Amino acid sequence: MCDPCGALYWPAHGLLVVSDLHLEKGSSFARRGMLLPPYDTAATLARLTKLIAHYAPRMMVALGDSFHDGGGPSRLAAEDRDSIAALQRGRDWVWITGNHDPEPADGIGGVFTHTLTIDALTFRHLPSGAHGEIAGHLHPVAKISQRGRSVRRRCFAVDATRMVMPAFGEFTGGLNIRDAAFADLFGALDFTAHMLGSDRLYAFTAKRCLGD
Amino acid sequence: MSASAPLPDIFANWFAARGWQPRAHQLALLEKARAGTSSLLIAPTGGGKTLAGFLPTLVELHERSLHLSPPAGRGRLFPAKSRGQPGEGVLTSEEAPSSVSALRASPPSPRKRGEGREGGLHTLYISPLKALAVDIARNLEAPVAEMKLPIRLETRTGDTPTSKRQRQRRDPPDILLTTPEQLALLLATADAPFLFGSLKRVILDELHSLVLSKRGDLLSLGLARLFTLAPGLTAVGLSATVAEPDELRRYLVPQPPDGVVFADLVIAQAGAQPDVSMLQTTERLPWAGHSARHALGEVYDLIKAHKTTLIFVNTRSQAEFMFQALWGINDDNLAIALHHGSLDVAQRRKVEDAMAAGKLRAVVCTSSLDLGIDWGDVDLVVNIGAPKGSSRLLQRIGRANHRLDEPSKAVLVPSNRFEVLECTAAIGAVAENAQDTPPLRTGALDVLAQHVLGRAVGEPFTADELYDEVRAAAPYAKLARSDFDGVIDFVATGGYALKAYERFAKIRLGKDNKWRVTHPNVAQRYRMNIGTIVEADMLKVRLMRSRRSTTVIPRGGRVLGQVEEYFIEGLTPGDTFVFAGEILRYEALVENEVYASRSNATDPKVPAYEGGKFPLSTYLASRVRDILADPKAWGALPEQVREWLKIQEWRSLLPPANDLLVETFPRAAKNYLVCYPFEGRLAHQTLGMLLTRRLERWGLKPLGFVANEYALAVWGLGDLGLRIAKGGLSLAELFAEDMLGDDLEAWLDESALMKRTFRTCAIIAGLIERRFPGEEKTRRQLTISTDLVYDVLRKHQADHILLRAARADAATGLLDIKRLSEMLSRVKGRIVHKRLDHVSPLAVPVMLEIGRETVYGEAADTLLAEAADELIKEAMN
Repeated sequence: MCDPCGALYWPAHGLLVVSDLHLEKGSSFARRGMLLPPYDTAATLARLTKLIAHYAPRMMVALGDSFHDGGGPSRLAAEDRDSIAALQRGRDWVWITGNHDPEPADGIGGVFTHTLTIDALTFRHLPSGAHGEIAGHLHPVAKISQRGRSVRRRCFAVDATRMVMPAFGEFTGGLNIRDAAFADLFGALDFTAHMLGSDRLYAFTAKRCLGD
Repeated sequence: MSASAPLPDIFANWFAARGWQPRAHQLALLEKARAGTSSLLIAPTGGGKTLAGFLPTLVELHERSLHLSPPAGRGRLFPAKSRGQPGEGVLTSEEAPSSVSALRASPPSPRKRGEGREGGLHTLYISPLKALAVDIARNLEAPVAEMKLPIRLETRTGDTPTSKRQRQRRDPPDILLTTPEQLALLLATADAPFLFGSLKRVILDELHSLVLSKRGDLLSLGLARLFTLAPGLTAVGLSATVAEPDELRRYLVPQPPDGVVFADLVIAQAGAQPDVSMLQTTERLPWAGHSARHALGEVYDLIKAHKTTLIFVNTRSQAEFMFQALWGINDDNLAIALHHGSLDVAQRRKVEDAMAAGKLRAVVCTSSLDLGIDWGDVDLVVNIGAPKGSSRLLQRIGRANHRLDEPSKAVLVPSNRFEVLECTAAIGAVAENAQDTPPLRTGALDVLAQHVLGRAVGEPFTADELYDEVRAAAPYAKLARSDFDGVIDFVATGGYALKAYERFAKIRLGKDNKWRVTHPNVAQRYRMNIGTIVEADMLKVRLMRSRRSTTVIPRGGRVLGQVEEYFIEGLTPGDTFVFAGEILRYEALVENEVYASRSNATDPKVPAYEGGKFPLSTYLASRVRDILADPKAWGALPEQVREWLKIQEWRSLLPPANDLLVETFPRAAKNYLVCYPFEGRLAHQTLGMLLTRRLERWGLKPLGFVANEYALAVWGLGDLGLRIAKGGLSLAELFAEDMLGDDLEAWLDESALMKRTFRTCAIIAGLIERRFPGEEKTRRQLTISTDLVYDVLRKHQADHILLRAARADAATGLLDIKRLSEMLSRVKGRIVHKRLDHVSPLAVPVMLEIGRETVYGEAADTLLAEAADELIKEAMN
């Protein structure tokens, strides 16, 4: 179900979920005077295109913070706008709203919603800790140290009843799962970090992981 | 008094009253100044260098005051306090603070702003250290006061209050003492033409040190700007002895588009020949390591036998260790202090003050004390470990006895056998006064980007004019127009092939063909992010108050200093490390502060941070090779070392001076290949990376490598020696220069060092801002990491100007590719292979490095000692 690219696939519903794309983050910084490379949107979409080609989902969910700010959709380059349209062709596309992009936007297709419930699962951007919740927002990363060398990777943070997905965007940093935000959410350190490897996931208990 | 450069009586009398004689180089500089030429003064420490630099200015300002008598309205020449007689019609700035701007435009001598010699500054003094600028100002105040010269001199550093800085721009002193960063800030103001238009002289102190870094690049660009603003400007460089004075002479004067121009050269008489010796230890000389633990007692005896001793070490961790170890045997309770760059500023100042007051018997220090401030009473310099370079050593030795006529005294303490060779080479070099300062840098593009933005902040410019001005700076003399245009493009919109940011441009080309900033915000952010010193992200270390509960960390506690973030990242709570002279236990990281408690552990994990580590200079390396290759030169070596080399000669081969010796041998089920390039640890590490990649690709399954300053060892399971002997592996191919092509590129892509280098460039060039208005952020809080930017750029625009800047840095910096490349070309066709049955004596030190970097202290030393004994037995029997 969890893909090492950081996406979630639910075969029964042909549902593919990615979180925190943060498209147009580069231009968001540029707007404020830091001229970061403008290649992030295209790069993120290219990875998404590969993923969609692989799973051919019937429904695609972007779990919030799909754009780095509300002005993001209007700053999209024409080619990137086209590739989003191409990805949407032949499938349902749901933009879950997030704290960075709380309002529905024009010109990027899809439907907008705050939460989406399918069977026992609820998809929303901000994690509330509820049972059966799939959320994003926190950009979880985990750090492991072995023989004096440490590895820090994005991860899925999961316990028996809820999950926080890793950020999918090219320019997204991460919050260490040992941060208090995760302990608050999961109640304790009784959750598992599935760290993204190059072709598989590696599971570690949160207790085994290091803080930054 | 020289007839050609008459010293005014008031000065001659002042010298005489002190029983001094003006030195020849001081008069020579005066003469050059009168002739209106720029000059470079090379003088040893204690040669009256600073006074020589300022003497022409003092004389000129004195003479100007005579000509202007009765004073003509520019009261600022006659501040009330030095004149003592306000009210005789002299307008002083103190009396008429509100009429400064009116003054400029009003009779009796109406002048347009920026014109006329009294308008702005007369002399600008630039020092690499703000403490040095402050110190020099203090020293200069004495002659000015004693001769009652009508001169106002002030300092301007990051510590100068805002109100004073603003006043200095409106109402500048005659002499301003400041730093390269402050100069850049002043140049990026609308006041620059007024401030500097009348500038007569710029004095660059410690020029030999300034030009080695990106600060030197920034300063060279500022200097080029000054020469444009001030037509009557001359430059004076003050420098310690360097290998190539011509390069500094070039640096000082504007370079024409074709050809080269030099400042005049004045060389002061050399001081007494320093008395340098190597510690003749009665202890057993270690085979590896850098602690110099064996010599501790002997160093302590030296401290006891002298008044004040400076003990130089090469890294901060060595400083920590040496300080601790000396206090461990300090039965006489001698006042021994510690000084290094990561200690808290307040703590450093305390040590410096105690030192100046003569209260200390010894200071253990790193290069933090290499430069500048005059300590006066140091009568011995001890250099622990390898001196690394002849010039560096000479400068350190110069710290003892800042008086020319007495010889400086220094003792070198090698911490292992190879360092004995290096010390011997260095003593020979010092005797010949041989210099090995590195060549002048090629100006960095990231620094140019910062300067270009600063120029736009100052006033609009045309690209053609700025291109010419930039090339007048020696480091940028060969700058290609395409690179220059690339930098402008970068500053304007990020320099991306994808033209996405036109509407967010920082600078924009106007209809008048001039570039100007698009928004006042841009100027403000430029000012907050100026400078080329990018420290590794540092975290404050606090000594934790005693805790009552096991879960709550009590906030607050004394700040001990700062430590690099990546060092702490490698620690887990409970780990112990040495810092600020104590063994601490890492407790927690709270926001940006490290909380630590005192520990009574005896074998701490050592701080791995490598602040102040220098590679062995090429010159010294070649001297070491010469000594090794020539048994006749072994006379000066201790018996232990001679014996070691003799056995090497018998068991294997002494590395020939111009060839590369490669040994192969099996040991404990592994096969080793050891080579001896003597090019320094950085170049060897890079070589190790590249060799193992290559062996891997050839299916030879290397397992690892380890490097020290002199040698590199690579090991694997397969028998490399046998393969070479049978022709299955060609050493010539293995060490072929083409490894610097694709192999290097492939490795750079994933190298953490490269990412660190890129980060520095991105910050200097202004892509990533260190500070935002109203807040200061560390990388921890920054929402974008430069590593991500690096990856994205590499994938999508590999020729981006910042990637090129980072590669250029890597070539000379952390990866030392330049040196490696020179070595590979030097040994082409000159590789000598020796196939051995077991480890050779010369290979023992590098073999002992294996696994060494993570262990430390008594217990670990015992382990190492056991391992060492085995190896040595094997090698020597």
